[in-house]
Amino acid sequence: MSDTSKTSLLALTPRTKQRNAAEKRFRAYGIAAIAVGLMMLMVLVTNIFSRGTGAFQQTFMTVNVELLESKLDKKGNRDLDDIKKVTTFGYNPLIRDAVVAKVEELGIQTDLKAKDLGGILSRNAVGQLREFVIANPDRIGETIEFRFLAQSRVDGYLKGRVHRASIGNDKSISPEQLDLVDQLVDAGVIVKTFNIDFITGADASDQRPEAAGIGVAMLGSLSMMFVVLGLALPIGVAASIYLEEFAPKNRLTDIIEVNISNLAAVPSIVFGILGLAVFINYLHLPTSAPLVGGLVLTLMTLPTIIISTRAALKAVPPSIRDAALGVGASKMQAVFHHVLPLAAPGILTGTIIGLAQALGETAPLLLIGMVGFIASNAPETLADGLLAPNSAMPAQIYEWAKRADPAFYERAWGGIIILLVFLVSMNTLAVILRRRFERRW
Amino acid sequence: MNDMQFTDRAVDQKETKIAAHGVNVHYGEAHAIKDVNVEIEDKTVTAFIGPSGCGKSTFLRCLNRMNDTIDICNVTGNILLDGEDIYDKRVDPVQLRAKVGMVFQKPNPFPKTIYDNVAYGPRIHGLAKNKADMDEIVEKALRRGAIWDEVKDRLDKPGTGLSGGQQQRLCIARAVATEPEVLLMDEPCSALDPIATAQVEELIDELRTQYSVVIVTHSMQQAARVSQKTAFFHLGTLVEFGHTGQIFTNPEDPRTESYITGRIG
Repeated sequence: MSDTSKTSLLALTPRTKQRNAAEKRFRAYGIAAIAVGLMMLMVLVTNIFSRGTGAFQQTFMTVNVELLESKLDKKGNRDLDDIKKVTTFGYNPLIRDAVVAKVEELGIQTDLKAKDLGGILSRNAVGQLREFVIANPDRIGETIEFRFLAQSRVDGYLKGRVHRASIGNDKSISPEQLDLVDQLVDAGVIVKTFNIDFITGADASDQRPEAAGIGVAMLGSLSMMFVVLGLALPIGVAASIYLEEFAPKNRLTDIIEVNISNLAAVPSIVFGILGLAVFINYLHLPTSAPLVGGLVLTLMTLPTIIISTRAALKAVPPSIRDAALGVGASKMQAVFHHVLPLAAPGILTGTIIGLAQALGETAPLLLIGMVGFIASNAPETLADGLLAPNSAMPAQIYEWAKRADPAFYERAWGGIIILLVFLVSMNTLAVILRRRFERRW
Repeated sequence: MNDMQFTDRAVDQKETKIAAHGVNVHYGEAHAIKDVNVEIEDKTVTAFIGPSGCGKSTFLRCLNRMNDTIDICNVTGNILLDGEDIYDKRVDPVQLRAKVGMVFQKPNPFPKTIYDNVAYGPRIHGLAKNKADMDEIVEKALRRGAIWDEVKDRLDKPGTGLSGGQQQRLCIARAVATEPEVLLMDEPCSALDPIATAQVEELIDELRTQYSVVIVTHSMQQAARVSQKTAFFHLGTLVEFGHTGQIFTNPEDPRTESYITGRIG
């Protein structure tokens, strides 16, 4: 070998340079890909939060309402049945007078009529007042301080959604009313504060977006998850244990296996149609019920749970099964005493991720009618929660997003935040459980 | 240790514990064991030697029907334990395995405490009436596994935390805890260092007083050290079976001679 062919370690050969350059390029691509992904996520998250946080705040106005006996209980005998005969319409004048009184008390000069003054408050106020009176008939005749929702335009004005320029043809609000609102805000009578009712309350009609909440839909989602967990976990785990540990490996089990994978890829709307055809049209289960929603979502979640459970069972080393069988354990004892406990964290993780998927699913719910307008309050019993019509969080979001009033968009974004909080905490729980119970052998 | 120094030979004929006649094993199409006849004696260490893939482990696993767990595995012929056919339809493999214990190549303690590892077998077979009984069984098994002194203060610690050699002795203790009559060992020392190997070998020699031990090994020296009888397998057939001393010093078959002198394998 001649001296010229000997290369120094200090100088790079062209081939090495080429390889290093290729590696650098690849790393750059990787970093770029991650950066693009993160950017999308950032845009998404900032978008959601900038639009949705408004839903957690609401504008309220404090007024003193005189509960006139002459209007609410003409006979004066505090008979609840008589009091209930007064409709919300009958409460309107009380509220109007209360606003007028408040404006006068503050010494604010205005040309607005009493009707327009009352219009600052939400239509929800009458309902709130009536409920209070029916709950406390003995307080008729007193003057009581109430905090009522302001109507959605006023709320939008305080949140910067509504401007004087944008309300030209709006019949619900006038520039004069906004002037008055400005003065009331300065006086501290109208305030924007945290709104727990958005998280706990029920949906409201098109006329009063300010009163809409996601709480009842949340209960609907919760009942569905209840059904999904109760059905999909035992069925899925039993099916996977049988397939993985007991079933003979033949053509039939191969077909079943392929079909489970296929099932996982079936679009969710198909499950919705299936649910409609089987559970509602054939079995005559009630429409819009969380029970039916839960059944449909169970079908959807099953493949996810089966696939992850089988993966978890496969990950348990065969030596553990051998060891158990070697000391004379039966197949079932080997599985239940040794394999299943070791696979449990994996099964749990798969289940939680499956549940999280089901929680965010909308399409099948549209078909079984779980997008109904549910203005009632929380169901009273568990059975009621499962069988009475209800909505679900993603369906509620969809419902709000398609309504005309922009005030509902804010609700939709706020609903998305709540849904995301649930999903993120479920996935975090899955990660924590996996880390915590991960065993080495 | 002098590799060629054989343990004292029990030349007197003992009772036959396991008798195999015309055993054939198929893995699907592959013919893994071809017409094997062998008689394994009680209170004797029998070694199965042979090159990789010769079928010695497969045959060993036939003796307690561990091959049942493999779907494509098909065993024909008779294997008699104390005169009873273990492949008879009426035999429950679970009951069989309580009589024929097994120690595996890789130490495989359960990811549980040392105590629970040993107590598991007796517990599922209902051998202990109460806690004190169980304590006694566990201690006895761990003593027989020659590991009691090392673990007696940490019975509640996980078995997986022990060293490789300790784990394997724990597995032996676990196997003897169910009071088996035969102990099968599938290359029990292949994952162990020489010191741990020596400990396990010593243990095997002690176990011989109570059990019939069948050991599969890759190491001819080990076979020579621990066994009284040796069976040489080659390509699925049993080539030669006889007293260990005779196999290693004066083999009858040329293939055995080639293997033990290192020409094939």
